[in-house]
Amino acid sequence: MIMQAFNGISLGSILLLIALGLAITFGLMKVINMAHGELIMIGAYSTYVVQIIFSQYLPATMFDWYYFLAIPTAFVVAALIGMLLEFTVIRHLYGRPLDSLLATFGVGLILQQAARSIFGAPNVGVQSPGFLRGGLEIIGVTLPYIRLFIIALVVISFLALAWFLYKTRTGRKIRAVMQNREMATCLGVSSRKVDTITFAIGSGIAGIAGAALTLIGPIGPTIGTYYIVDAFMVVVVGGVGMLMGTVVGALGIGVFNTVFEYWTNASMGKVLVFALIILFLQWRPSGLFSLQSRSLD
Amino acid sequence: MKKLLRGKLAFLGMAVSTMLLLSACGGGGSETTGTEDETGTETEPDVEIADDEDVIQVGILHSLSGTMAMSETSVRDAELLAIEEINAAGGVLGKQLVPVIEDGASEPPVFSERAGKLLQQDEVDVIFGGWTSASRKAMLPVVEENNGLLFYPVQYEGMEASPNIFYAGAAPNQQIVPAVDWLLENRGTEFFLLGSDYVFPRLANQIIKAQLEENGATLVDEQYTPLGHTDYNTIISRLRESKPTVVFNTLNGDSNVAFFKQLADAGITTDDLTVLSVSVAEEEIRGIGADVLEGHLASWNYYQTTDTPENEVFVASYKEAYGDDRVTGDPIEAGYFMVHLWAKAVEAAGTTDVDAVREAAIGIEFDAPGGPVKVDGDNQHVYKTVRIGEVQADGQFNELWNSGEAVKPDPYLEGYDWARGISGQ
Repeated sequence: MIMQAFNGISLGSILLLIALGLAITFGLMKVINMAHGELIMIGAYSTYVVQIIFSQYLPATMFDWYYFLAIPTAFVVAALIGMLLEFTVIRHLYGRPLDSLLATFGVGLILQQAARSIFGAPNVGVQSPGFLRGGLEIIGVTLPYIRLFIIALVVISFLALAWFLYKTRTGRKIRAVMQNREMATCLGVSSRKVDTITFAIGSGIAGIAGAALTLIGPIGPTIGTYYIVDAFMVVVVGGVGMLMGTVVGALGIGVFNTVFEYWTNASMGKVLVFALIILFLQWRPSGLFSLQSRSLD
Repeated sequence: MKKLLRGKLAFLGMAVSTMLLLSACGGGGSETTGTEDETGTETEPDVEIADDEDVIQVGILHSLSGTMAMSETSVRDAELLAIEEINAAGGVLGKQLVPVIEDGASEPPVFSERAGKLLQQDEVDVIFGGWTSASRKAMLPVVEENNGLLFYPVQYEGMEASPNIFYAGAAPNQQIVPAVDWLLENRGTEFFLLGSDYVFPRLANQIIKAQLEENGATLVDEQYTPLGHTDYNTIISRLRESKPTVVFNTLNGDSNVAFFKQLADAGITTDDLTVLSVSVAEEEIRGIGADVLEGHLASWNYYQTTDTPENEVFVASYKEAYGDDRVTGDPIEAGYFMVHLWAKAVEAAGTTDVDAVREAAIGIEFDAPGGPVKVDGDNQHVYKTVRIGEVQADGQFNELWNSGEAVKPDPYLEGYDWARGISGQ
């Protein structure tokens, strides 16, 4: 029972990490970013590259530390590619959700093929750092360190993001532009610059998610496709535009998914979760938390 | 209005830059890896000018994009290597082989359509291709209608024998059944069956369950996860509760990575249980990480470490052609030897005519890297040696057991009384 509760929270934390970046690019900016999964993939490959560099150019005793460099690297690389993506494609498509859906889907395919050309079609392996092996024994159950680490990473990422959005000057500008673009522009905020920064941050967080997922999952050109649906599901259930909603949505889906899977089986569990989400969205079309706004859509 | 126009222009610009990017990627790829350049429908450049009489066109149809590309590109490479070898030795019937490469894109409908194109438009004499059972079943009606010839390189669930297909991978009695026997004898009798939720694992587990019942062994649990599933926490909780001694793993693709990593994180080691996989070969081990797989088992007909003189040559030439960091594996070896089997059959028939080749292929033998193989007359499968191997720290297998001789293929398991009642449906 304790184990299952932990499993639920653990799955929730992974979902949250996947969805947090999307909560910004889709939630705040309303860009249906189908390339979000590929930004996760970029984060995973960045981790792989950092590992290769460490294992080839640095002494073996240093190897375990690669992971601490890998996370910021994944953030920066994904953020830069996100910035490029915003600059070349997305900025021309604001307010045109269908076009941006198709365009970002295409960009996703391009990024997949690029990864395949650079790293080859087969999966690559990332070795988890030694200090994350094993688990913590509490009252008869083993909690793997990797899972605990991911939960901690999610909490830190979330707090940092919340601090950035709600406590800094740039964060305030971001919220202003997302809530009322015209008014913010009138008051002297450069919405162009804000868009770029916001998209880069959302992409960067996807990169961090990719770095974390190397610990528990495969690293290949198409891994983004496994996570994209879950990410959108979490953001939609949580309520588009609400950071807190994303947290509750991720944990809720994680726990329900684990419980259903335990009662039935993996395939059926997923079906039940989706069924529940469909029912839920009938009842609350705008998700768990919805933004109170006076703007006319 | 202005905004709209700007948008249109931008879209155009985007399309152009997209194409540029694509071509740039393609170019870069061919330089770095040297094997990723043939994506899609191109044929060798001299096909159009060459006289049809001087060459034999052969089709190669694998997924070069999509989720299966990670496995199938290597098989394509092995087939091209075999074609090169045959050409260097003077070709078949004095003619050079010219491969026509198509991309199945990991989608069964694409496989079916491309197979039709190869047979009708390019008029190839044989197709080497496929990986998933779904892709084979998509090509089956096409090759039968056009009376074409398909060589299929991967182990599968059996219960099939098309007159137009030669099966170079293992039938269940050449992989699954002996593996279960070996496990029962050496590792324990409490089985946990874990598989991806599609046709191969479900049918394979049907066979295993009948075999366990026959031997009085216990089935503690049977679980399926969707293809591409990445969270195995709940499965691992079940493993802890049901305490099996053996996990028979028919997961396919990326799920294996997630399962083995999370199993190791949970602190479950080979002291607690043994996992035997039927879809994890050398290539997959590199993506999973040998550190989490060490000590677990696999059942195949060939390993890179298989000790035959043919294999020494094969591994050396494969690495020379595609890079020192590449590894071989069972489906790669099957892809390689099935091209040779076909070439020998054509030589024996004296023509590339499908019916004549099919006739001549029966009983054809070849010294494959994994030991001698022979085409069976009853079902067009191949006699192969069964091998059980243990993963070592370097990602290679250490062979624990082999069948000693090539085993006759029995796709319908007619030689086993307990298997009655199992069918492909």
